[in-house]
Parts: sequence; structure tokens; C-alpha cells
Amino acid sequence: MNLLKKAKGFWGTIVLVVIFSVVTQLLINGGTLNSFYVNTLFSIGINIILAASLHLIIGVTGQFSIGHAGFLAVGAYASAIITMKLGLPFPVAIIAGGAAAAIAGLIIGIPTLRLRGDYLAIATLGFGEIVKIVFLNIDYIGGASGMTVTHLTTWPWLIACVVITIVVIVNFTNSTHGRACISIRENEIAADAMGINTTFYKVMAFIIGAFFAGVAGALHAHNFYIIQPPNFGFLKSFDILILVVIGGLGSMSGAVIAAIALTIISTFLSSYPEVRMVIYSLVLIVMMLFRPQGLMGSKEITSFLKLGKAAKGGVHHDGKNTVA
Amino acid sequence: MEQFIQQLVNGISIGSIYALIALGYTMVYGIVKLINFAHGDVFMVGAFIGFYSITIFHFGFFPALLISMAACAVFGVLIERIAYKPLRNATRIAALITAIGVSLFIEYGTIYIRGAQLESYPDNIVPLKNFEIFGVTISGKSILILAVSLFLMMLLQFIVHKTKIGKAMRAVSHDMDAARLMGINVNNTISATFAIGSALAGAAGVIFGMYYTKIEPLMGIIPGLKAFVAAVFGGIGIIPGAMTGGLILGVIEALVSATGGSLWRDAVAFVVLILILIFRPAGLLGKNVREKV
Repeated sequence: MNLLKKAKGFWGTIVLVVIFSVVTQLLINGGTLNSFYVNTLFSIGINIILAASLHLIIGVTGQFSIGHAGFLAVGAYASAIITMKLGLPFPVAIIAGGAAAAIAGLIIGIPTLRLRGDYLAIATLGFGEIVKIVFLNIDYIGGASGMTVTHLTTWPWLIACVVITIVVIVNFTNSTHGRACISIRENEIAADAMGINTTFYKVMAFIIGAFFAGVAGALHAHNFYIIQPPNFGFLKSFDILILVVIGGLGSMSGAVIAAIALTIISTFLSSYPEVRMVIYSLVLIVMMLFRPQGLMGSKEITSFLKLGKAAKGGVHHDGKNTVA
Repeated sequence: MEQFIQQLVNGISIGSIYALIALGYTMVYGIVKLINFAHGDVFMVGAFIGFYSITIFHFGFFPALLISMAACAVFGVLIERIAYKPLRNATRIAALITAIGVSLFIEYGTIYIRGAQLESYPDNIVPLKNFEIFGVTISGKSILILAVSLFLMMLLQFIVHKTKIGKAMRAVSHDMDAARLMGINVNNTISATFAIGSALAGAAGVIFGMYYTKIEPLMGIIPGLKAFVAAVFGGIGIIPGAMTGGLILGVIEALVSATGGSLWRDAVAFVVLILILIFRPAGLLGKNVREKV
């Protein structure tokens, strides 16, 4: 009975999303939505994927990674090579972007995930910078001047990727593996003592997060016509981080809502970039001082609507003992 | 050979700047276990204060250095009191995010106030000749940088080991609660640590400006990160470690640029960081501490 209810909620949401995307596609085709709105919609979609993937690493597993733009860059460049240099179709590029980022996540994850908290943060930050510098120095992909990419990201591809990302990450969080990840977030030593292979689950969460960041990178590259290494620096990582932090560490719907809201806000502030950054940083400081668990905490929007507990990201204990 | 020695001298100069910044990181981390991301931006503010006191108020190099150090000390204490103190009992992740927020706030606040354009330090603040030793030309600026930073490091060693506040700092970093029970004013000690660390960063800023001549509001990010790498390299929380880490990192970087990899220079520091974290997480001079439950 319960299962049926859950399935009903799931398919209901899918139907709603399909209706929404078809209507939006018709509006785009009919020209009701001008290119400004379309661009904003595409940015929202890409940011939702990024926020969801980082949510899995920081919010669910509690590993503080601030080099997420590195995976975005790997995905963007890998997919651009697939379409521009090898001439393969776009779906291959999306999967290749994700796979390349996942491999990068594996390579960087195995050594650095033995580190905890601050050290992990700095190591991932270092990784992001290394990726940027490596891409700057490879002439095959254009070096500092970047790489031009044809516009292939269409609305159906985007919405499909967003839905797949969210479904996979929510289901992962609710699975046995996801529970293991949540236990690592709550107390790594206790999780270890209960027989959970913490390194394995940390690397797993890292790889899945990196994969979807790579997918976002593929969509990003084929949406903005040009990719340049400096766009994937620390500030980009910070832009993704703030989505997760403001949405609530451990809340998927929080991350999605923050991605939608902040993308719209930053579109309006895009002509005043420094004002935007000042506001963002102030919001971040004030948020940490007065509501460190983020807007939604670890609650999901479904728990407010009482539609069921389909997407619960576990309960945060507000004590000092949180591993990260 | 001549080239090699010149690069070595360059490496030691930039390394001593890293060391000065790294000292602030390491002291703060030793006491409150917080990576003060805003430290690199205090360094930037120090460079700008030095620049304005030289160009607008026509001070010499040393008065500008002192003014910048004093102003940065006050600035560091303000940051600590406003942003970090309320979070002393919060989770580590919250403190880290706040530190990132403070860092971005300083950077973009500076851009908002004065714009993002470059400024260049006047070239003739310190009339120094270049020396020639064994056929190798060594710039006077490098010698001055080394002398100033060595003096400041010795001063720091004196403060930490011979004065009352230094003793309090060591006690608090060893065990904050026990220190409080012994009647040490922990809040003041932490503020003093921030003041000293920020003053060193301010000095590093002025020296950096004099050496590289170009300063801009985002200049603190990369030296700040590299100085953090230096602190981790030497063993975070250990003062002599930060000095050796800074110097070694500077020399490694200079040697990499000398062998033709100048484009890769910025990546080297992070590769060093990841290697040191994998093979010797406690750092060169650090001891492995067992985790207790």
C-alpha cells in the first residue's frame, strides 16, 4: 500500500514535469519566451544538476568539497572534445563528460578522501586549481583562449538530465548505500565502528557527484558557445557551494530551490558583478551566524506538504560532533 | 650556475613572503582550528594600506610597513570579533563557510569601494643597489625582503616564547578549556593571535607590493592559498614549520619556473599539497596524533 502510494507520488511528479517541459518547449518554439528567459531557464537547469551533485557529496555524505568546478571543467572539456574534435553525437558527449568527470573523481577521491574536514576542503580546492591550470596549458583544447563549442543543448536534453540526476540522487540517498553515507556524515568514527566501509562509501558518493557535475559540464559547454579555463576557477566552485549551503546541508529540495532562486537573482544582478558577490558573501556569513543549517535544514519540501517521506535526507544532529 | 643561484635567491625571497603569511594561518589554526580563508585578503589590504601611505601620505618604506602592520592587526581583530567569535562552538563546516564568506566579502568589498584596477608601487621607495657576490647579481630588494622577514620571524619567536601573552597563546593552543580554568583570558588571547598573524600578513603585503610592484584586490587569493600549503607542508600549528614550509615552497616554485615550467608554477604548490597530505599528513615537523573517541 505504502509502496503504491510512493509510486503514485513518483509518477505523478514525472507527469507534472513532462507537462511542464512540453508547455515550456511550446512557449520557446512559439517565441513567447524570449532568449533572455530561455537562457535563464537553461542556467537554472544546469545549476540544479550542479547543486544536486554537490548536495550528495556535502549534504548527504558530509565531505566538504570545494573543488566542484574542477569536475564541471573536466566534463565540459571532455564533451567538447567528443563533439568538436571527434564529431560524435551529443548524447555520447553527455555520457563521456560524466564518465570523464567520474574518473577524475575516482583519481582525486581515493587519496584525498582519507583526509577529514579542513584538509579535504583544501585538497579539493587544490584539485580544482590544478585542473584549471592543466587545461590552460594544453594547446589541443585551445589553452587560455578556450574552445568554441556549437550550441547543442536543447530543452528536452536539459530537462531529461535534470530529472535523471534528481531521481538517481534521491534514490541513492534512500538506499542502503545512502544510509551508509548519512551515517558517515553524522559520525565517521561511529560509522566505521559499525562496520561501514567509510572510504568506499565516500569515494562512491564522490564519483556519483562528480559524474553528474560532468554531465552539467557537458550541458554547460554546449549551451554557452565557448569554454575557457578561467571560468572554472574557485569562484565557480563557490557559486555551486553557496547553492547547497543556503538550501540546507542535507536537503535535496533545498538545494533545488536555492539553485532556482539564486540563478534568477544573479541574472538580475549580472550587470553589477561586485554587488552580487558582496551580497552573496554577506548572505553566507549571516546565514552561518544565525541559521547554520541552511534555509531548509535537512528537511525536504515533501515533509512540509506531508506527501510522504519519499526523499528524506536523514536528520542532522546540531551538536559539535558532526564529522565535517 | 649563475642562473640557478639567482633563481634560488628569488625563491628564497618569495618563500619568505609565503612564510610570513603562513605564520598567520598556522597560529590561528593552532588555536581555534580554523582555516582563516580571509587571511590572504588581510595580506591584500595590507598591501593597499602600504601603497596609500606611500603615495598619498608620502611616508617612507619602513613607516608604511609599520602603519600597514598596525592597521592589519586592528582589521584582523575586527574580523575575529565580528565573524568568527560567535561561531566558536559551531560545527567546523560552518566556521569554514563563514571564513570563505568573509574572504569574498573583503575582496569584492574592496572592488566595490575602489574598483578592480591595478595599482603599481612606486619603484624608488627604497634606494637599494644590486649586489654582486661571486659574479652573481643579487638584487638589493631580495636582501631587504629576507632581512625584514627574518627580523619579524625572530620577533615572533621572542613573543611566543618569552612573553606572557606568548605563554598564554601556547597554553590556549594546547588545551583551551584547561587554559580557561587556569585563569587565562581565552578571548583576549585569541584576539592577540589574530592581531599578530594579521600584522605579519600586512607586512608581507607591503613587501610583496614592493617586490612585484603590481597590486590588485584579488591578489590575495593565490599567495594566500600557497601560504596555506606552506603551513600544511611544515605541519600546521607549528611556527617553525610555517617558516621552513614557506621557504621550501618558494624555492621549489622558483626552480620549476627556472626549468621552463613557468606556466605550471601555480600548479606545483597544489601538487605539493596533495602529495604531502597523502604521504605525511602531519607535515614535515608535525607529529602524528592518534584520534581519540
